[in-house]
Amino acid sequence: MSSVPLTAYLMLALILFCIGLFGALTKRNAVIVLISIELMLNAVNINLVAFAKYSINPGLTGQIFSLFTITVAAAEAAVGLAILIALYRNRQTVNVDEMDTMKR
Amino acid sequence: MLQMSWLIPLFPLLSFILLLLFRKSKSESTAWIGVLLTGISLVMSVGVFLAVWQGEGIKTEGTWFQIGERAITMGFEVNPLNALMLVIVSLVSFLVHLYSKGYMHGDERFPVFFAYLGLFSFAMLGLVVSPNLLQLYMFWELVGLGSFLLIGFYYFKPEAKAAAKKAFVMTRIGDVGLFIGMVLLFWQVGSFEYDEIFASVKNGDISSGMLTLTALCIFVGAVGKSGQLPLHTWLPDAMEGPTPVSALIHAATMVAAGVYLVAAMYPLFQASEAALTVVAVVGGLTAIFAASIGLMQKDIKRVLAYSTVSQLGYMMLALGASGYVAGIFHLTTHAFFKALLFLAAGSVIHAVHTQNIEEMGGLWKKLRITGPLFLIGALAISGVPLLSGFFSKDEILASTYADGKYGLFWLAVIAAFMTAFYMFRLFFLVFTGEARGNEKGVHESPSVMTFPMIVLGVLAVVAGYLNTTWFGTFLSDYLAQGPVELPHGDHHGPAWIPLVATLAAALGIGLAYLIYQKGTLSRDWITRSFPSLAEVIYNKWYIDEGYDQTVVKGTRGLSKLGVLFDRYVVDGLVTAVTNGVQGLSKIGSRLQNGQVQSYGTAAIFGIVILLLIVALTGGYFS
Repeated sequence: MSSVPLTAYLMLALILFCIGLFGALTKRNAVIVLISIELMLNAVNINLVAFAKYSINPGLTGQIFSLFTITVAAAEAAVGLAILIALYRNRQTVNVDEMDTMKR
Repeated sequence: MLQMSWLIPLFPLLSFILLLLFRKSKSESTAWIGVLLTGISLVMSVGVFLAVWQGEGIKTEGTWFQIGERAITMGFEVNPLNALMLVIVSLVSFLVHLYSKGYMHGDERFPVFFAYLGLFSFAMLGLVVSPNLLQLYMFWELVGLGSFLLIGFYYFKPEAKAAAKKAFVMTRIGDVGLFIGMVLLFWQVGSFEYDEIFASVKNGDISSGMLTLTALCIFVGAVGKSGQLPLHTWLPDAMEGPTPVSALIHAATMVAAGVYLVAAMYPLFQASEAALTVVAVVGGLTAIFAASIGLMQKDIKRVLAYSTVSQLGYMMLALGASGYVAGIFHLTTHAFFKALLFLAAGSVIHAVHTQNIEEMGGLWKKLRITGPLFLIGALAISGVPLLSGFFSKDEILASTYADGKYGLFWLAVIAAFMTAFYMFRLFFLVFTGEARGNEKGVHESPSVMTFPMIVLGVLAVVAGYLNTTWFGTFLSDYLAQGPVELPHGDHHGPAWIPLVATLAAALGIGLAYLIYQKGTLSRDWITRSFPSLAEVIYNKWYIDEGYDQTVVKGTRGLSKLGVLFDRYVVDGLVTAVTNGVQGLSKIGSRLQNGQVQSYGTAAIFGIVILLLIVALTGGYFS
């Protein structure tokens, strides 16, 4: 079939996940943070699909599961953006540094 | 009557409690509570005394608690010595209560003063009826507390505050001695009971060195309380208290407690020749030393205070010279005439509102009652024949002479001369001549003040006839019933001793007359000839300054070292601990900054570390 091995997919997923993690932990802008979280989710999706194809019992379960994840991620992004907009209306900022109410 | 004698100390205690309840009261009739209750004590004391006079006695005790085999008891005892003390204490206390009703008139804390007087009387009476050393020690400290409270009654005056503290600390030095003596006795005898202690002293259960040591330790307690030589400095300062307090505590009763202690423990002292000699020497030196200071003081109460110290020295001298009866006799007469002198001085101060004798004078005509009474007191203390002081002083001199202590005998004679001189210096300066101070508003004290003085005046005259060679030695017969075996034979020295004593008194009075009344000799006649000696005496032999330079400075230095240790070592340790904890928590609190991102970072690092550990150790699954 194809000559691309499982490790390559996993490496791609790992790199993608680390980029997402880095973005989620370091970026100041809440929108970027949200996008970074999407990146991490997609890295997980790649993992799911790759294992579905290359595992000992290949099947469609993993791919269907990743479809679900994409749907849930879409819903999550919608909720996240809604919260973000509400937050922006309240505080006139999307800077994550200033959202430290947990301290109080 | 005797079974009830334990009630005697409780009436003043009741007065103390009641008056504390009324302490905010503005009414001065609260004084009658104290007067009435001490009056009951007085009546009962007299009843007890009469019963004991007939040869009765009582001792009742119950076990307080048990230490191993030893039972510590509490109870009361009446024997001739303490029955006499009961009468003296309750009488003077009653009269002082009455007197204070007039003297303290208008004071803001009027009921509190009487409450303190009640507390003191309770403690003193309790001390007297104690049948064992432990109980005595408790009352001993309570008496000290009463004295402290009353000296510091005018606590807003810094001198009074300092004097109260000084009295407390100085007597405490003595109390430590007494405590050590008590512990040693308990160790040796296994009991605090007088009877058992005396029994084992008699049986020779205690080695003679230990005997001397315990006797001396107990004597240290007496030295502190009775203001004897090294520890006397608190007593003159205690004159900062109200004058009735000086009469009650610092003349008649508490300071005599030291003498009483030595008398009560007399068999112990008798067993040790060395201890008796120390008592006699300390007493003799105190007598002449304090008398010399009294010659030059300007404060009427301080002159009397030094005179008290000197007379207490006399009593100690008598006890040390085996003159047991003479010591107790002088204690009795002194209580009366010195209380009289203090009350009269209080009446003078009440009239002229100063204590400086240079600002008095010519008061004889204005104080028609106080003046003659003061004269009676002065004559009695000077040892003029037929008055009480003559008999007791004569007895002391005779027993000192009979005991072979000739050096101390002559010291005592010189002290008697000085006593007569300074008492009449006081008398002439205060009552005769021209008025040198404020004359307006000088009036005799109210009868509530003069009545106690009159009673004491009568006693100061007649108390001497308790024990005379002419009419009968009632007191020594009476005291002979007690547990103390009186030294064999009466101390009737040569017949010339009364003559010498009278001569000394007459010389002193005459000299004072020539200097302060006639003016034949100028007032600085002696001071001019020996200016440096006069300077030293006027400054009380620099004893206070000496203590300041040595003991006080030493203690201060030591406590400064202690402060340094505390500040840099103890505090340093504590600060190190707190700083450590604070630093840790600062790091911890910096982690909590409210930002999800840093929490997330921390979580990631945690997981990474966990994974690393799992990977390096071979993992959970291996």
